[in-house]
Amino acid sequence: MKIEGRIIKYGKVEGEALVSSEPIGFLGGVDPETGVVIEKGHPLEGKNIKGKVLVFSTGKGSTVGSYVLYRMKKNSVAPLAIINEECEPITAVGAIISNMPCVDKIKINVFKTGDKVRIEGEKIFLNE
Amino acid sequence: MELTKEEEQMFVGEKGEGTQKAMEIVVALGKIYNAEKLVMVNSAQVSGVSYKNLGDAGIEFLEEWAKKGGKISVKTTLNPAGMDLENWRKLGFKEEFARKQLRVIDAFKKMGISPICSCTPYLIGYLPKFGEHIAWGESSAVAFANSVIGARTNREGGPSALAAAICGRTACYGFHLNENRKADFVFNVNCEVKDFSDFGALGNMIGKTVKNKVPYITGIKETTQDNLKVLGASMAASGAVALFHIDKITPEAVMKNMINDSAEKITLESLEEGYNSLNSNVNEIDLVSIGCPHASIDEIKKIAELVKGKKIKTELWVTTSKYTSERAKDYVRTIEQSGGKVVNDTCLVVAPVEDFGFKNLATNSGKTAFYAPSYSKLNVRFGSLEKCINAAITGRWE
Repeated sequence: MKIEGRIIKYGKVEGEALVSSEPIGFLGGVDPETGVVIEKGHPLEGKNIKGKVLVFSTGKGSTVGSYVLYRMKKNSVAPLAIINEECEPITAVGAIISNMPCVDKIKINVFKTGDKVRIEGEKIFLNE
Repeated sequence: MELTKEEEQMFVGEKGEGTQKAMEIVVALGKIYNAEKLVMVNSAQVSGVSYKNLGDAGIEFLEEWAKKGGKISVKTTLNPAGMDLENWRKLGFKEEFARKQLRVIDAFKKMGISPICSCTPYLIGYLPKFGEHIAWGESSAVAFANSVIGARTNREGGPSALAAAICGRTACYGFHLNENRKADFVFNVNCEVKDFSDFGALGNMIGKTVKNKVPYITGIKETTQDNLKVLGASMAASGAVALFHIDKITPEAVMKNMINDSAEKITLESLEEGYNSLNSNVNEIDLVSIGCPHASIDEIKKIAELVKGKKIKTELWVTTSKYTSERAKDYVRTIEQSGGKVVNDTCLVVAPVEDFGFKNLATNSGKTAFYAPSYSKLNVRFGSLEKCINAAITGRWE
């Protein structure tokens, strides 16, 4: 399936989807040293977002979250790419400063964890 | 979104990697907020300066951006740092924190920014004009610039204000546009609002109600620049207010109707709720903090008059900009002779206060009183300057 969204940060990558049913806040929500989600009670708690195409509706929480994404990239534990329904400034700035492909305006309910996802600019190829 | 030829060149990297990164951020935010174009800004004020907020990730990011050739193109100031940049050792800031903080400042310097660290750029020679587009980050300065001056800025985040400083532009949305500057709430204030702390209490109440919307306030008969400064700061802390109007006082309200037809009307009969929500019940005080937002010369003068010839028992921190304290030397000396400290470049909200072992704070600032319990784990007493200075002298809140 091919889906088109809006480019927040341009890039071409291919990887495995990790889908969150809840928004993600990076500051305090994800451990920047390991990439593991640490927010108590979060649906992804205990899961590692390293190297995944991280699919979630939108970001939340502190604006310092942008720097957390950057730190994860430096530590080689960042997601491969981000797909959002509505990207907000924390995730957008984080993706840009970390050179992480980011696409939004995507209905995320078609994605399942483990799906094969290829991103080429605004185009997303799902299980193709 | 429409980009000019020059903007397009910045975006694709023809003006260097540092500028490209900045333009990518500005354009992405423009997309998110459905901006049709960018707007040139005349100044920027960058928040996210204290190491306490930035952490190591922030330092690494700023250093890399500087290394990639990010250079500012408009006049730019910084928000308060986590310490007095010169007297940190004497004041008891920890060496390790200081080292990290100075790395942050060095990265900003490499980008061409003078280390002028203040939340009140408008008091120290960076006063925008009415209608001017700017990109400011500090929430209280945003409220002041939009409301009291009539300049135009959104609440920029740390990286986005820096991006705007580098490319000289920000996305044209939100408070840059006429149609978003009218009030969504009208507050008729039916009680006396006189003291600096009264304005903080009022701001606390209004901010909680309106969140990020625009309030219009009636019933304020007279005020001062300092009172407007703390009103905005307090609203921006308890809510996310970026713009307010005061009937017959702030410039846009004086010039035209700034109230939306659909605005909700609320009457306030007392400031008690604001005072109550900012006060704990502690009586022993070990730290008194004045200067949030950064104290003006006039405030420093008032403090000096209150402490003259007296002995301060608690710690007393008067936070301000270096620019202001240098212009208030005689008053600063009086405060220091009484045992108080005038601390430059920082404030209680962004300094690592927890390292100093303070427990109970007295302040006249509706913003400090709002943040100190969560950010600095302090019990707070909030009231007038006179009450705070009295607590500094006696060690008790009375």
